[in-house]
Amino acid sequence: MKINIQREKLTQYEFDLEDATLLEALNEIKINQDASLVYASGCRSSVCGSCAMRVNGKEVLACAYKVQDGDLVEPLKNVPIIRDLVVDMSKAYKFNAKAKAWQSSPAKNISVTQEDEKINEVQSDCILCGACYSACPVYTVNSEFLGPFSLTRVWRYVSDKREDNTKDKIDTIQTNGVWDCTLCNECTIVCPQDISSKADIEKLRAKSAISGHMDPNFGSFGGFGGSFDGSPTF
Amino acid sequence: MRSDVVIIGAGGAGLVSAINAHESGAKVIVLTKEYPTRSQTCMAQGGINAALSNAGEDSVEAHIKNTLKAAHGLAQESAVKFLCEEAIGAVEWLDSIGVPFSRTKDSKIAQRTLGGASAARACYAQDYTGLKILHTLYDRCLSLGIEILDERYLLEFITNKSENKVSVCGVSVLNKRSGEVEIYEAPSVIVATGGYSKIFHKHTTNSSSSTGDGIASALRAGARLSDMEFIQFHPTALKNSSILISESARGAGGYLLNSIGERFTNELLPRDEVARAIYDEMQKGEDVFLDIRHLGEAFIDEELPQERKLAILYENIDPVSDLIPIKPVAHYTMGGIEVDSESMTNVMGLFAVGECANHKVHGANRLGGNSLLELIVFGRQAGNNASKYAKNVKKDENISLHVEVESEVLDKIRNCTCRVSFYEKHKLIGDIFYKNVGIKRDKKELIFALDEIYKIKDDLPLMGVDDKSKIYNNNLVEFLEFKNMLELCETVLLSAIARGESRGAHFRVDAPSENDAIFKAHSIVDESGRVSYEN
Repeated sequence: MKINIQREKLTQYEFDLEDATLLEALNEIKINQDASLVYASGCRSSVCGSCAMRVNGKEVLACAYKVQDGDLVEPLKNVPIIRDLVVDMSKAYKFNAKAKAWQSSPAKNISVTQEDEKINEVQSDCILCGACYSACPVYTVNSEFLGPFSLTRVWRYVSDKREDNTKDKIDTIQTNGVWDCTLCNECTIVCPQDISSKADIEKLRAKSAISGHMDPNFGSFGGFGGSFDGSPTF
Repeated sequence: MRSDVVIIGAGGAGLVSAINAHESGAKVIVLTKEYPTRSQTCMAQGGINAALSNAGEDSVEAHIKNTLKAAHGLAQESAVKFLCEEAIGAVEWLDSIGVPFSRTKDSKIAQRTLGGASAARACYAQDYTGLKILHTLYDRCLSLGIEILDERYLLEFITNKSENKVSVCGVSVLNKRSGEVEIYEAPSVIVATGGYSKIFHKHTTNSSSSTGDGIASALRAGARLSDMEFIQFHPTALKNSSILISESARGAGGYLLNSIGERFTNELLPRDEVARAIYDEMQKGEDVFLDIRHLGEAFIDEELPQERKLAILYENIDPVSDLIPIKPVAHYTMGGIEVDSESMTNVMGLFAVGECANHKVHGANRLGGNSLLELIVFGRQAGNNASKYAKNVKKDENISLHVEVESEVLDKIRNCTCRVSFYEKHKLIGDIFYKNVGIKRDKKELIFALDEIYKIKDDLPLMGVDDKSKIYNNNLVEFLEFKNMLELCETVLLSAIARGESRGAHFRVDAPSENDAIFKAHSIVDESGRVSYEN
């Protein structure tokens, strides 16, 4: 089997493995052919989020993707490449802090029901692999967009009754936040945990509207950059 | 860079320590070799123990009793008592900061039964308990503005000696991105770097990062290691990939079956006993399976969604309709850096917490659900104490010269011609350990394994790295990890050879019973390889 890996130069490797994950293939190449190949990995069971990369243009976890002959393997997009398939996630991670993606203060004596827990069960499955961040087209026009994973995280906390300051949370995500999303759904398609950040952003928009915030694009309705669902067009 | 407390490792133990040291008023820096949400903690599935009595009657006393029983006389009662008493507050704290625990119909935190427990005691969040706790802790750290520096690989703890006392005064790390050595000064350092199961290479459930770096570095800095021979095998890992299938599958009523479909053990015994029962079946030539088909699709999707996903992905079977092929593999290392009742090592100012530490609560065999608990309880203690300790130390050390020392060491490795592959040697060690230092051990086989380790050690000068780059040289980091593992292999084997009895996870076929007269004591191993016993 042959695959191509985008390093400084596009490099082809050949190996003999059957029914292998891409991570197993990368390990095989590194150990037996080229020790200088660099990629990140950890749990090899799709839960630590280390080995997100792109195969044939689509974000995958290397440990969960079965490698195919002729695959093109590239690093994530929208993040600086450190070397080979390793990218610098620092700036992407910082959007969690910018979006205040946490519970404001410890809760006291708040009863959470089974139904309450289900509201954000899937959002709290996020593994911060960055696949959604890489797939998001907004970054080509706005590098300060808070982005899919951090907004999903905000929804997780905003929708939790243990959060006592949802107003602050909602206010924080008005700039470079919920209204900058194009609702294109690319994040949802690539999420290995089946989370839809797009849907979470829509819920945050609704909550923003209830809190008295306006879609900033709505003012230009009929003019440049507006569309019926409130998302800008490019 | 200077701070009050430096924490090495950003898994559950490191982050809890950071939160508590910060809240105690210390300036904290957390250093991690990866990113803070990528640690082993995210792989914990089953739950966190606390006698809440939410799903039937339970008590702190029963939790203590079960823990002590599983420990086979090797746990310290006072430490176990502290752990179990603090458990309820620990879970309440996690709930208060937003951990999305699964709930009962009457809005209480849901609990399930894990092996060795007399009640449904493990609080859980589906089978993503560790992941959800870890990420909530990370979010809490962000909210407090705690500084976390990513991709710094621990090199050495820097110490000084005065009046016959060794104290820590900082750490040297390799910045993986730049390839430069960096020094972080602090009067208190907390080691929270996880366990050493990766010495078993592919025969472990663990992340490839569980290489015991903190334990090996602490040993070099003068800390004592204890109970290194006790390595827990998890009964149910996927046969081909060694990926964990949670004990909660058995807790919920899953059966273990052999090739002819017969049950052969009580699935809810402690892990050491279940692992041995499976091992015996396998020795007879039987394949072993986990059967959860009778639990039904709805239950599996609700309570065990990750298990189903992993079985489909890595074993090509759907547990709703198929048997899951399993085998026991190395899972949790009970041994580690010895700490006192304040979480401090014998090196002043050096604290340890989590799987890398030995708080003497697990003894010869850890109960499922007690490892996430230990992170929270002792993480809080270590954070508070490290902060307190730092306030009483008034020293201005200049340790920047260590940059040059460590840089020279790394340059030497980079310049060495690699004639023997350390990757191949690691694989060899993993196979030898699984066979000879695994579920059942024999003195002759242990001595054989130690000889092999010495031979590999002799070959070290022939090993090196092919990648000569400074930028993100994983080849170099993996070589340093390999060297740490090699050191730990020796301590494991010396301890396992010396303990001429069977106890918990350490089973010697040449001495199959417990020998309390000599061995009801913790083994201690120092850097010279001397093994002694203390209580």
